Amino acid sequence: MPAQVSIRPERFGALLYHFGTRRLSFLKSPELLKVVQVLADFPTARAACTDAGVSAAELPAYRAALATLAASEMIRERKPS
Amino acid sequence: MSTPLPLAEQFQYGLDAPICLTWELTYACNLACVHCLSSSGRRDPRELSTAECKAVIDELERMQVFYVNIGGGEPTVRSDFWELVDYATAHHVGVKFSTNGVRITPEVAARLAASDYVDMQISLDGATEAVNDAVRGPGSYQTAMRAMANLAAAGFRGFKLSVVVTRHNAGQLDEFKAIADRFGAQLRLTRLRPSGRGADVWDELHPTAAQQRELYDWLVAHGERVLTGDSFFHLAAYGDALPGLNLCGAGRMVCLIDPVGDVYACPFAIHDSFRAGNVRGEGGFTGVWRTSELFADLRQPQTGGACTSCSAFDACRGGCMAAKFFTGLPLDGPDPECVKGHGAAALAAVDLELVPKPSLDHSRPASRRAGPVPVTIGARPPDRACEESPLAGLRL
Repeated sequence: MPAQVSIRPERFGALLYHFGTRRLSFLKSPELLKVVQVLADFPTARAACTDAGVSAAELPAYRAALATLAASEMIRERKPS
Repeated sequence: MSTPLPLAEQFQYGLDAPICLTWELTYACNLACVHCLSSSGRRDPRELSTAECKAVIDELERMQVFYVNIGGGEPTVRSDFWELVDYATAHHVGVKFSTNGVRITPEVAARLAASDYVDMQISLDGATEAVNDAVRGPGSYQTAMRAMANLAAAGFRGFKLSVVVTRHNAGQLDEFKAIADRFGAQLRLTRLRPSGRGADVWDELHPTAAQQRELYDWLVAHGERVLTGDSFFHLAAYGDALPGLNLCGAGRMVCLIDPVGDVYACPFAIHDSFRAGNVRGEGGFTGVWRTSELFADLRQPQTGGACTSCSAFDACRGGCMAAKFFTGLPLDGPDPECVKGHGAAALAAVDLELVPKPSLDHSRPASRRAGPVPVTIGARPPDRACEESPLAGLRL
């Protein structure tokens, strides 16, 4: 998650705000918030989902949600260090 | 993935903190726009001090309010304006501010261009000088153009050109877009509200029904490239929703802090009926947001009243609370600009004597529009016919 993105947990999930693009996004469930919070700790998004307790059947929905976040620059691929 | 309630319904019940809020820093203004929604002109002597403003910013940081929309009045005339902008951004509260451009010199533009956390909008209400200056006052078109040229020259990309759509500029949307494009800005169109001095001119300035339809089609065609601040959600009743949440966030997701620290449900509702409290109170802004009775009421499911049976109610939700209030319509009835025409019919039945007036007026004496001057005519006959002395009959 870029430093310019601020995350605010809410009852329904979370609000995300990108200070660079000045866009607001929503995480529509607490589970998705958990995934986003641990993304950086895992080598792949799938591993982060598994850690957050996402079942195999739910993976496509999470893949789509993460792709949407990536498209709006709320999350991005980590730079090789 | 579980989604218990659609987001729009979640938001109806309000959030623990606003997503963003409008903060009018001062009622002082160098202009006297005829439709000013805060009836600005003169500074209020009770204005929040620099220290009080910083205390509010500290609260907004703790509440994780993402950004504030700073306006006025003309906020840049406050001598501590840049200090407050820097303080907010240093405390992770983003700033968008609205200005008529009067202080946007090349030096200021360069400084603004260098910040990632400051966004701004230049107000312009006519794509031509004649149309703009009739509403915003002589010289205001040139001021805005000069400010935009300075911003463009400094490399500030994507600032906003903010336009209140009126009957006289509704036909200039393409021209506004061209101006925004020329300066590397993004066009933002917002709705004329009958708030503040806007109440005096709304009848003659609000777009006609035909213009509203054209505006809607134009907005649909331009999609997310043109911003609206969600202000035209009443037009969603035409069919497809416009980009945005399309719901009223007053007291639920947004609010207004005025220059003296009063907190109102929204920027268009500066009236005692919508005042939730003051940031100078014991609980500060947080206390007002979380415990005010008014906000608790607004977060209850709203009844659609006369609108409930309308096929478009799910789309427009009855429209804008402030627009209804200041035109004398019931809050659970149609919006005065209801696209189904219910508003026009309801307006015809309003008793003009009972239409609420703005509670505050900081207009400079000359900026109220010329009209009948109320005078008391003395019952006493003149002392003498043709008495020329101005002191005739004066009893000391």
